[in-house]
Amino acid sequence: MRFGIVILPGSNCDHDALHVAETIIGADVVTLWHKETDLKGSDCVIIPGGFAYGDYLRAGALAKFAPIMEPIRRHAAGGGLVLGICNGFQVLTEVGLLAGALMRNEHLRFICRDVHVRIEQDDTPFTSALSLNTVLRLPIAHGEGNYVADDSTLDRLESEGQVVFRYCDAEGRVTRESNPNGSSRNIAGICNAGRNVLGLMPHPERCAEALLGNDDGLGIFQAIARSFAPA
Amino acid sequence: MQATTITPDVIRSHGLSDDEYARIEQILGRSPNYTELGIFSVMWSEHCSYKSSRMHLRGFPTSGPRVVQGPGENAGVIDIGDGWVAAFKMESHNHPSYIEPYQGAATGVGGILRDIFTMGARPIACLDSLRFGAIDAPRMKYLVDGVVRGIAGYGNCIGIPTVGGETSFDASYNGNILVNVFALGVARADRIFKGTASGVGNPVIYVGSKTGRDGIHGATMASAEFDETSEEKRPTVQVGDPFTEKLLLEACLEMMGNDAIVGIQDMGAAGLTSSSFEMAGRAGTGIRMHLERVPVRESGMTPYEIMLSESQERMLIVARKGREPEVLAMFEKWDLNASVIGEVTDDGFVRLFWSGTEVAAIPVEPISTEAPMYDRPRRKPDYLESMPRSLPRERWTEGDLTETLFRLLASPNLSSKRWIYEQFDTTVRTNTLARPERADAAIVRIKGTGRALALTSDVNPRYCYADPYEGGKQAVAEAARNIACSGGEPVAITDCLNFGSPEKPEIMWQFVECIRGISDACRELGTPVVSGNVSFYNETDGKAINPTPTVGMVGILADERKWLDQHFSESDLDVVLIGSTSDELGASEWQQMLLPEVQAAGPRVDLALEKSVVETILSLHRQHLIRSAHDLSNGGLAVALAECAIGAHGCHVDLGGHADDLDAIGLLFSESQARVVVSCPPSLTRNVIRECEKRGLEAMRIGRTEIATFLIERNGIPLVRTSTEGLERIWSSAFPKLLAGDSIDEILRGSGEEADLIAL
Repeated sequence: MRFGIVILPGSNCDHDALHVAETIIGADVVTLWHKETDLKGSDCVIIPGGFAYGDYLRAGALAKFAPIMEPIRRHAAGGGLVLGICNGFQVLTEVGLLAGALMRNEHLRFICRDVHVRIEQDDTPFTSALSLNTVLRLPIAHGEGNYVADDSTLDRLESEGQVVFRYCDAEGRVTRESNPNGSSRNIAGICNAGRNVLGLMPHPERCAEALLGNDDGLGIFQAIARSFAPA
Repeated sequence: MQATTITPDVIRSHGLSDDEYARIEQILGRSPNYTELGIFSVMWSEHCSYKSSRMHLRGFPTSGPRVVQGPGENAGVIDIGDGWVAAFKMESHNHPSYIEPYQGAATGVGGILRDIFTMGARPIACLDSLRFGAIDAPRMKYLVDGVVRGIAGYGNCIGIPTVGGETSFDASYNGNILVNVFALGVARADRIFKGTASGVGNPVIYVGSKTGRDGIHGATMASAEFDETSEEKRPTVQVGDPFTEKLLLEACLEMMGNDAIVGIQDMGAAGLTSSSFEMAGRAGTGIRMHLERVPVRESGMTPYEIMLSESQERMLIVARKGREPEVLAMFEKWDLNASVIGEVTDDGFVRLFWSGTEVAAIPVEPISTEAPMYDRPRRKPDYLESMPRSLPRERWTEGDLTETLFRLLASPNLSSKRWIYEQFDTTVRTNTLARPERADAAIVRIKGTGRALALTSDVNPRYCYADPYEGGKQAVAEAARNIACSGGEPVAITDCLNFGSPEKPEIMWQFVECIRGISDACRELGTPVVSGNVSFYNETDGKAINPTPTVGMVGILADERKWLDQHFSESDLDVVLIGSTSDELGASEWQQMLLPEVQAAGPRVDLALEKSVVETILSLHRQHLIRSAHDLSNGGLAVALAECAIGAHGCHVDLGGHADDLDAIGLLFSESQARVVVSCPPSLTRNVIRECEKRGLEAMRIGRTEIATFLIERNGIPLVRTSTEGLERIWSSAFPKLLAGDSIDEILRGSGEEADLIAL
């Protein structure tokens, strides 16, 4: 299978996503420059973390106008996989591929630490290698990760099984204390109705190697690769 | 075109002395015009010319088997093996950060990163060494918050992890905080770029942000002390744009992948002036520039303003003739300004033109070779004559030692700095093996090599105040210990020398003594100085900071998997104390807790012993004899044991037999040097002790790790009794509470309920 990693001006986790996809997973990887309009045969497009266009306006707000977004929309509409990590999640909500928005953290500070998230759905191509209710320890590093949506949208996301990751404590309890940024209903990641577009604030690509002391993020990439493996 | 008359007032307002002005006239063979005067004033500012420090910096050892590039370039470079090199440097951004903490600190990060990638190295890690005034001093919480946000705002956006550093508080910084930023990048050995303007006829290309009026005379500001008018200098602080710098970083590194460019230099302090003169100076050439071609942010800018602007995120490139289109296309790709503004000449002059008219012509060589260099008078400060060698202690009784330990762990200096480093991205680029407060040094791997680097920054300014020579030695020795305790072999240092006014003989004496100490230690420990920075005039209303020669050290780990944790990782390991303890409480954290002023000289540093400690720890580690190692520094043995235990396993130790002539306070809190606590499986303890003794070091098994206990005894009598949880509660919660205005008493009384620390 082939991963396509989008490089927006200001992407800064592109190398990290590339490293995991290429070196750890052993997949074929291409980079997708924001001014281009060709996904070069990518099976799964990753919009990596960073500060696209500096995030000076609103995280992800300018990225939606990048030429590469049009083929990504078409790819998603055709059922192709799109994974947005951190800034990539913010971009996907701005582009309209995912519901809701990401606001400044409740405490108004950038925060970088390990958090725990619970797998709420195991029937997406991104989580199919993980079991329901598994607790992963993943790093976060963001200033605008506070997920918001109106109540009816949140209710719909819940009822349609689109809330994929939820902040929790080490034992998997969803508590206020384990919510690092004020996100509604402790939401850390969601997918679209078609379950082929996923966005999450934590960084699975930063913890996919035992050498880094944590490989809890590896399962997400393995699941993606496996979904393209010959049956 | 303006024609400001050069009057004595104009000369003085440019910070030039009468002698210096006479020298300018001599070099030019005429009077300078206003633009030329401005150029000389910034080139000859203390900040750019090192006129007070240059002759003394020559005393540093700068060569060694791994040194690829010593001082004089944008950054120092060392060989890290397998065809890879590391470029690193530390720089100060003190004056701007005091005036405008967010932008001051942010542009400090931006500036040092440009120094690294201008060498062709991709930056992979930063450290920050931060010195603040007393935590309850006016403006101080605002400064802490602003500096932390500024570093975060820039470093996080550009995507270079801040992996470590140090933060301390002392009233001597009330009017002058210090923001020292260390950055390191890696490159292939054959892809190092230098700031040289060689090849007559080669184009000179300006790239990056447009030039504005910000930061004009920033270098001059950093070359004078503060007074009540300093607030008015806010407009000289530059404004950072990390997004543009990220684009500039990527564009430059991509550009350097081919051979289109000959030389490249960051426009840092003194902007276009210093970059053009330094590039021509290194190549022995001249440069002709047409200033109307410089991309500008606002209309009506004069040659003077364009040459002196310190707008950020700009680079000057000399390309091969004929390759201009490639260079311009690359910067176009990254949506950056790029403009051919001149060419390299052979007449040895920097000549500036404005719409065809020559507006300045200055010979390149004399501006550096004839630059003022001062052997400023030096005098041992009076306060040192009356400084006792050791702390008279009759006035203090032992008291509750557990509470004393808690008080130290809750102090601004020793409490956890999690509140700070959680605001920094510490894990981007996925190289961070040891995050802050995990090992004695930060550890970053070099992808594709199997190797890792250990990075640390150290200095104890109070020791430097109490004895500048010993303090200089101690900074290097502690850095080397930190590198070794994390499993790295110390290789080289960069330094950032922060002092008061060099025009005061006492400050100059402190400066020279610190340099002598650093030099002696670097020679003994085999860690040459490859780059550095001097920041003078850190004083306000005549009151100078403590001498603060920050040392940034880099070490190499041959195997990325084998770094050493500082923590007790499991129960039933033996705890071994290496080194000996004497009564050295002067300038210690324990002393500062009782009396803020330094009362007596700090600990002595025996360099031969320090070298032995470094070699011993590395040998123990190579033989897989130890599971953890932690250097004893601020707060002494009790604090070091607590740091080994917090968030990990505790210990039960009995210190009977170690320093039996010392009282309990000295035993627990003395800051004697050349000491390390290690843990090892009991079956290996004899080997550990034998290895130490073989190398002339005292070593003693003092106890055992236990799951949650923290008990320090002496001959069976408890001195400190608590739990790892008790230690952690105080240590990890104190800092944000101190920032919120709580006293240490209140923190010790603190409720059990802990709020999320970041949500201050």
